[in-house]
Amino acid sequence: MIKLIGLVPLFPLIGFLINGFFGKKISKGLSGIIASVSILASFILSVLIFMELNHSENKSHIVNLFSWINSDTLIIPFELLVDPLSSLFLLIITGIGFLIHIYSIGYMSHDEGFARFFTYLNLFVFFMLLLVLGNNYLIMFVGWEGVGLCSYLLIGFWFKNTAYNNAARKAFVMNRIGDLGFLLGIILVFVTFGSISYNEVFAKAGTVPTHVITCIALLLFVGAMGKSAQLPLYTWLPDAMAGPTPVSALIHAATMVTAGIYMIVRSNVFYSISEVASETVAIVGVITALFAATIGLFQNDIKKILAYSTVSQLGLMFLGLGVGAYSSSVFHVTTHAFFKALLFLGAGSVIHAMGGEQDIRKMGGLSSKIKITFITMLIGTIAISGIPPFSGFFSKDEILAHAYEHSPVLWFFGQVASMLTAFYMFRLLFLTFYGKFRGTHDQEHHLHESPPSMTFPLIVLAIFSVLGGLLGLPEFWHMPNWMANNLETVILRKDPSTMPHETEWMLMGIAVLAAIATIYFAYIVYMQKKTLPLKEGDKMPGFQKLVYNKFYVDEFYNAVITKPLDVLSVAFHKFFDIQIIDGIVNGVGSAVKGIGSGIRLLQQGNIGFYVISMVIGIVFIMLLTFLI
Amino acid sequence: MINGISINYYLLLSAVLFIIGAIGVMARRNSIIIFMCIELMLNAVNLLLVAFSTLHADASGQVFVFFIMAVAAAEVAVGLAILSMIYRNVKTIDTDILSNLKN
Repeated sequence: MIKLIGLVPLFPLIGFLINGFFGKKISKGLSGIIASVSILASFILSVLIFMELNHSENKSHIVNLFSWINSDTLIIPFELLVDPLSSLFLLIITGIGFLIHIYSIGYMSHDEGFARFFTYLNLFVFFMLLLVLGNNYLIMFVGWEGVGLCSYLLIGFWFKNTAYNNAARKAFVMNRIGDLGFLLGIILVFVTFGSISYNEVFAKAGTVPTHVITCIALLLFVGAMGKSAQLPLYTWLPDAMAGPTPVSALIHAATMVTAGIYMIVRSNVFYSISEVASETVAIVGVITALFAATIGLFQNDIKKILAYSTVSQLGLMFLGLGVGAYSSSVFHVTTHAFFKALLFLGAGSVIHAMGGEQDIRKMGGLSSKIKITFITMLIGTIAISGIPPFSGFFSKDEILAHAYEHSPVLWFFGQVASMLTAFYMFRLLFLTFYGKFRGTHDQEHHLHESPPSMTFPLIVLAIFSVLGGLLGLPEFWHMPNWMANNLETVILRKDPSTMPHETEWMLMGIAVLAAIATIYFAYIVYMQKKTLPLKEGDKMPGFQKLVYNKFYVDEFYNAVITKPLDVLSVAFHKFFDIQIIDGIVNGVGSAVKGIGSGIRLLQQGNIGFYVISMVIGIVFIMLLTFLI
Repeated sequence: MINGISINYYLLLSAVLFIIGAIGVMARRNSIIIFMCIELMLNAVNLLLVAFSTLHADASGQVFVFFIMAVAAAEVAVGLAILSMIYRNVKTIDTDILSNLKN
């Protein structure tokens, strides 16, 4: 079965080709079915492969599909790698991808670009599968660029809206900055090791000076910053909410942003060697977690809140990576994929019910109107807030425990970030589903539960959000931590935890109490006092205004990078382009014209003159031949 | 050499004829005179070719001359026809007056 791994990315590619070429000719229903079935086929195959891998002794299979690049010094076969890490990601991508496809059939049913949407979705899944399956950095890079392209296409899906197009462009440019770092990292890997295949590179990693490894690790991390929306390249992710909601769920919660995590886990050998790089990862991660969580506190757009929570959760995952808890981070990726996809799809269902309204200030009291959405969203919110026994609790706790072991300071900030998460997620929940309805009369009339194709994925994801924690029960509970055991072969094992169990119990207790206290606080603020977020244009206190405007980071980037570039470009245009480049081109033209008008005078039609010049010419040529 | 005349004299005569022709082409304005001067130059060359052909006892020089004479004859026929047409249209064969393609 593992030999058939090539089919897993092939199915979405076929779906993409069919929908891409014939999407306009076939009916909406059919194109939705083709797209979903292609992902379902990949999913089934992934499950079979996953099970076979679990039973087989050999945990790492390399399947050579064909020879891709074959030149003198550069030999790159197109190989796919099946190991516990990539097979786990396969399940996440195809499984959640399939649910999102199903959901999209309902969500996008009224959209005229229906087939185009599924074309992009399939292409996206294809590239994501390529990214996690490749056995060398170049294939990963192809997938990496591919998902960047697809995110551009999907964020700007409603391309008639300029703001959406700008958001798409922003995502693309931000990703490109990261990609440059990633590409440089790959080149450095090739220069250092003479190969870019994982097994060869990682086998030789110990023989290379540490500072080179540090360089490689940091460059790769720049790529991860772009793709996984870490400071300072995170600003594209909240703006990426311009795309249709299933896109947000697929790209910006469950799969694409986890590419950075995957890449670092895959390259964990480098980060284990380089102290500096892993410290950087941890610090950037925790700052991002805290920063994004703070911004999330005062946002009013339901999708923006979720976007900032994604950035914040990704920050936590990077914190885990930085402190060497790779399997915990992968665990959190998995659980996060469940509950964040659930939350996004739930938000989509709310938006659907509200007729396109995204502002939580205009919602309220929806719990009785859209029951399934409410219950599933509630489960997702509890899961992300870290209340046991929901999945988010276990993964987050594992990361924070490892962070504490590494440095209590990192733990503290991570803990604060997760408290903030609990607060703004429950703020979202209370404002949306409780209280009085605050929208227009038409909207209230319009309210309805979403079709089954949308509620089915919600229910499935809710079940996984509840049970996902079973994948990685804490070791000190003397339970099997499946996740850590499974990934053992992929990850350079760090020393077993030396933390006393009392400390772990204490940390767990603090985390739970903190989460409950925060939720209670949110309850008091938004349920008992019925505080409402300030309206647009109301005067806000200084700090809230700062946070509401996202710390003016966009404005800062605008002023520091975009504006100077703009001014410089205009200056260059005026001086270099017009004066020098245009001057040279026009100068050549006018010189030819001038010489021509001078020589034209010789052609006055006098035969005698022609003959004399001819004779002089011949004499001259003969003189030359004689003299030389 | 033929009847004891040295090759130098042939060369000299040929050069003189050629120069007379060349000067005639350059200096005169009457098209017919120019035409005759061109013939003079051609024949100067012919003379030279024949002279060298005899000197080296090689017939190819004479063959060349035949070709040149044939081509020159054809050229004369075409050239005179053109000249007579020009004269009929413009009433002159002065090259200075014929300085543009329009009338």
